[in-house]
Parts: sequence; structure tokens; C-alpha cells
Amino acid sequence: MKTSMVWGVLILLATTYVRSQEGEPQRKVTHEVELEIAGEYRYFVDAARFEGQENHYPSIAFKPSYEASWNKGYESINFQGFLRLDRDDERTHWDIRELYYQKAKGNWEVSAGFKKVYWGVAESNHLVDVINQTDAVETFDGEEKLGQPMVQFSWITNKIGTFDLFYLPYHRKRTFAGEAGRLRFGTVLNQDDLLYESGAEEWRQDVAVRWKHYVGIVDVAVSHFYGNGREPLFAFDALGNINAFYPVINQTGLELQLTHSAFLWKLESIYRQSKIQDFFALAAGLEYTFSNIDGNGLDIGILGEYSYDERDELALNALQNDLFFGSRIALNDTADTSFLIGGLSDLDSSSKIFSLEASRRFGSTWTVEVEARVFQSIDANELILSNFQDDSFLRIAISKFF
Amino acid sequence: MKTSIFTVAAFVAFNLVSAQTAKEKGLEIAKAAEQADLGFGSSTVELKMILKNKNGQKSERTMTTKTLELIEDGDKSLIAFNSPKDVKGTSTLTYTHKVGSDDQWLYLPSIKRVKRISSNNKSGPFVGSEFAYEDLSSQEVEKYTYTFLEEKNGLLIVEQDPVDPKSGYTRRIVSYNKDKGYRLEKIEFYDRKNALLKTLTYSDYKLYKNKFWRAGTLKMVNHQSNKETLLQFAGYDFGVTYSEDDFSQVALQRAGK
Repeated sequence: MKTSMVWGVLILLATTYVRSQEGEPQRKVTHEVELEIAGEYRYFVDAARFEGQENHYPSIAFKPSYEASWNKGYESINFQGFLRLDRDDERTHWDIRELYYQKAKGNWEVSAGFKKVYWGVAESNHLVDVINQTDAVETFDGEEKLGQPMVQFSWITNKIGTFDLFYLPYHRKRTFAGEAGRLRFGTVLNQDDLLYESGAEEWRQDVAVRWKHYVGIVDVAVSHFYGNGREPLFAFDALGNINAFYPVINQTGLELQLTHSAFLWKLESIYRQSKIQDFFALAAGLEYTFSNIDGNGLDIGILGEYSYDERDELALNALQNDLFFGSRIALNDTADTSFLIGGLSDLDSSSKIFSLEASRRFGSTWTVEVEARVFQSIDANELILSNFQDDSFLRIAISKFF
Repeated sequence: MKTSIFTVAAFVAFNLVSAQTAKEKGLEIAKAAEQADLGFGSSTVELKMILKNKNGQKSERTMTTKTLELIEDGDKSLIAFNSPKDVKGTSTLTYTHKVGSDDQWLYLPSIKRVKRISSNNKSGPFVGSEFAYEDLSSQEVEKYTYTFLEEKNGLLIVEQDPVDPKSGYTRRIVSYNKDKGYRLEKIEFYDRKNALLKTLTYSDYKLYKNKFWRAGTLKMVNHQSNKETLLQFAGYDFGVTYSEDDFSQVALQRAGK
């Protein structure tokens, strides 16, 4: 994170804040300050595959947040910080997840600053979601994101849907595990070693648009992104050395969901073009929920999703021709107890990944999360996954909210 | 002989007429209640939910609810959780329809995701409480058939049978207060086996804008599990003027941040 960038945004926010305060001093400002402290323990069952890796990873994360809102909530400043301390120097990191000013008026909304935006409908694969960089050291499922500097403009209509325009002035590099970290390649990738195709490097001025609409049971979105790719492109030379860089990409995405009785039918798909590589990928599937089975609130959902990626073995997420089956169980009790169990199977090889995620609340300010990932029969020929074959782990996290 | 046949026929006819009248009168009351609450426009309210298990242990959650009244179709509503803190920002947006399934979206603030969800689950509990989703959704006249039962101490007692087969109830026995703008005083819920499941009582009523009665406290007691849930509404605000723009998916994300 470039410090100058942060200060720039801070000053911009401060000026906007002061200005809007001066305008109408009688306006009521609501402040909210929160802090989550999360203690975490990851235990990797198998002996390390690469030198320097450990089995036990105690860790702690701090997640402060602040919100000031006024003008009946139509204007606000939002901050969410992140700091983790871990045995792996690269997983020890901090970030500004969010720091933005937002104003809404009538049928439009504008946000400026560091922000997170989510696109997509699938559960096991996130293809379309291209605005934020993945904080890959944080979670295996890739759902943790780094804050992205942006100006976002939304125009909302009832008849023809919502249009989002994004101006993305700065690219964030993906985080990778360090030498002491698990879930990495044999060669330690340093964030800074990854270069850009674009001469403007991280300061390339990128843009994106998205249209989203809903008619009856159909939710649909089409998006286009033009700029520095969030996923690095990997090239391997004859000696097995990795050459990785961020290409300039044009990516068109489609999201489609049909919601009919207890069925959710989902499709998300992308076509990505760059100088070196053009490819198509999709994830499609369904979710069905048996609700209130016992008359006591027990919901059991079943999930099935298929993923295809034309990049084949170079697909970074290793979902080139895979089937995911899972079940989401919610007790709907006062502690919000829930489970997500799943299995991902590669249709071209023996590789399988099993996962379990469970969480519940204790009292009103504590939560406990348990996560397990098991890599089984990973095919030695898998370019990416084979590196993780000994990285099955169990993670337990306890959070306290202030 | 002739006389007795005539008598029986007359008795049957009378019964048919009165049965129809009971249905008509039930519907009439439901419509009168809807009419009495017409024109509130939009409102916002802070809501505290106190869940009590059978051992008396309590847990609390708070949320903000915004409602937009629509005449031709069902109302639109936005609920945002404020506590417990781990679910702060979790929000739902519901477009109620008079006929057919409601449209519903869920916002998950941790990953900033908006997800269209199925509104199929009517009978399931809302966040672990004794209120089912269907108890909290906008009460449109079209969602029940009605039978007037009796008038007792100024209260009109009407049986309501849900039209939707996915409802968790065979019937609800509803008490309307005729002199107080047909406001609800009590609802008894009968489960699918026609056994008394829950009783909901309304109290601490206040009159807003000289027309709209709103209860400050709703108490739901589950007779089968001995659990109860208290809903406390603080400060209804009818002064707000929301438009459909405040009930978009963009507004849903803004409410949850």
C-alpha cells in the first residue's frame, strides 16, 4: 500500500466532510465505532512440503471500523481497517479495506475512496468478481478482498435496471504466502516481483461498467472491465521457474439467477481477453433449500455447481472442469448456528478438496468459527494444486466484538 | 310431514345464508382494517427483539425497519440489523406481492454481497425468534380467506385461513378492535395439526397522525415450546417521505454498508 495514496484519499475525505458540515451546521451526525478482535489457530496436519513451512500458526487480527453519517443517512464516511499478525511474515499485513465518502440522492449514488464491491451469484467459484484484488493469504476461498481505490457512480431505474460506472485509478497486487507460509508454490512468490504489462504499471487508469436488472424470477447482470487484471498470468519456463505478471485485460461477465419456489438456478460466466491469452470460463449450478424441516427452524440446503475454465491447468483457481457438491445447514437458533460442508472433485483427475465451515455465536459479543480443508488424492500433474497437496488444515477462530 | 320438510329446508337455507354472511362479514372486517390503515405512506422504526427460552434466558437483537406503502401491489420493506454486532449490517429487502411469491434480497456486509433469496420459507422462524417469516410480512387482504366468528366486548373475532399451502398454520383467530380503527389486539395461531401453537398480543398502542394505530409491544408466546419473543418498537416516524429509490438494491447495500 502506497502511503502517499492513503494520505491523498484521507485529505480528500476530510475536505468533503468539513465542507458538508459547514453547509448546514444543524445537521445531525451519527458516529459509530466498532472493533473486532479475532484470535485464530491454524493447524496443518501433514509435514511441510517446502522448506521453512510450519505446522502450527497462531494468529491474531484486528478489524476496526468507523462510520459517520448525516443527512438522514444519505451521506456518510465509512472506514474499515485490517491488521493481522502471523508466523508468516507475508500473512502479517495491514490494509485499508474501506475508507470512502458516499452520497445518495434520488435515483443515484456516488462513492469515492477505498471500497469493496462484490459481483457474482455462484458459491464455489467467483469468476465475475473483478473489482477488488483478492487478499489471498487471508482465506483459501478467495472471498477476502483488499480495499480498491475507486469512484463509483450508480444510477438506479425501476424500468431498465441499475447502471454502475467505476473509475479505478490504482491497482493492488495480490498477496502471497511468504517462505514460512503454507498454501504456496515451491518458489516463494514475492508480491513486488510481479510486474505489469502496462507501462503505467499500478497507476494505469482502469474502468468498469455493470448493468443489473430484475424481472420477476430473473436477476441478471452484465459487466465489462478494462484494465490491469486482478489475477496474475503465470508462465513456467523449462527449468520450472515462474514468470508472473499482471496483463491488461478486457473481461465481459454475465450473472444470471432464477429464483423459483425453493430453487435458485445460477450461472456466471466470463470471457477474458489479453495480448497473451483469451479464454472463456463458467460456473453453473443450483441451490435448493428444505426449510423448517423439524418445525423448529432447521434449514438444509443442497448445492451443486459445475465449473469450466478454458485455461485448463493454468486456471489459477484450479477449477478447470470440476464439480462441487455441498450442503448448507442453518439451525435458525438464537446463536445463529450454521454449517457449510462441501466437496470439490476434478473430473479430469483424482484430485478432490473437502471443506467444512461452521460458526455460531456465544453470548452477544463472541463468535466461534471452525474451518477444515482436506486435499485428497491431488494429481501430481496439477500445476497449481499439487503444491498444496500436503496443506490440509484445521482452523479455529474466536472473535470478540466491541 | 310437509311442514317438517319445509322446516328442514328452511333451516338448511338459513344456515347457508348465515355461513355466507360469516365469510362476507369476515372479509368485510379485514378490508375495513386495511382501509383504516390506508395512506400511511412510509414509516421507519427502531425495533428491539427480546428472545426468551424456556429457562428464561434472554438474548437481544435490534434492527431498523423502513416500510413504503404501495396501493396496487404489496408494500416494500427494508430491515437492517444493528445488533448482535457480528450480524450488524445484515439486511433484507422485500417486495411483497398481493398474489404470488414475494421478491426478497439479502445483503451480507462482510463480503458486500447482495443475494436474491427464496421467499418460499414462510413457516420458519425469523432469526431464531418465535415469529415466523409469514408473521412479519406485510399483511395483505388477499393472503387469507375469512370467517367472522363473534363479537365480544367490542372485539370482532375473525378466523383467517391462509391461502398459501406453504403457511405453517391451518388458521389464525384474530381479534380486531372496531372502535380503535380496527387495530389488532390478539392473534391465536393453530399449527398444521390444528393445535394451538402461539398467541400474539399487541399492547402499548399509540395513535400516529390522528389515524394510524401502532403497537409499541408485541408479545408472542409459543405454547408448545414455552419460549417467547417480545418486540419493542421505539419511535415510529411517519414524517419520513420515502420513495421507491429508498427500496432499491443499491439502498439495501447502503443500509447495511
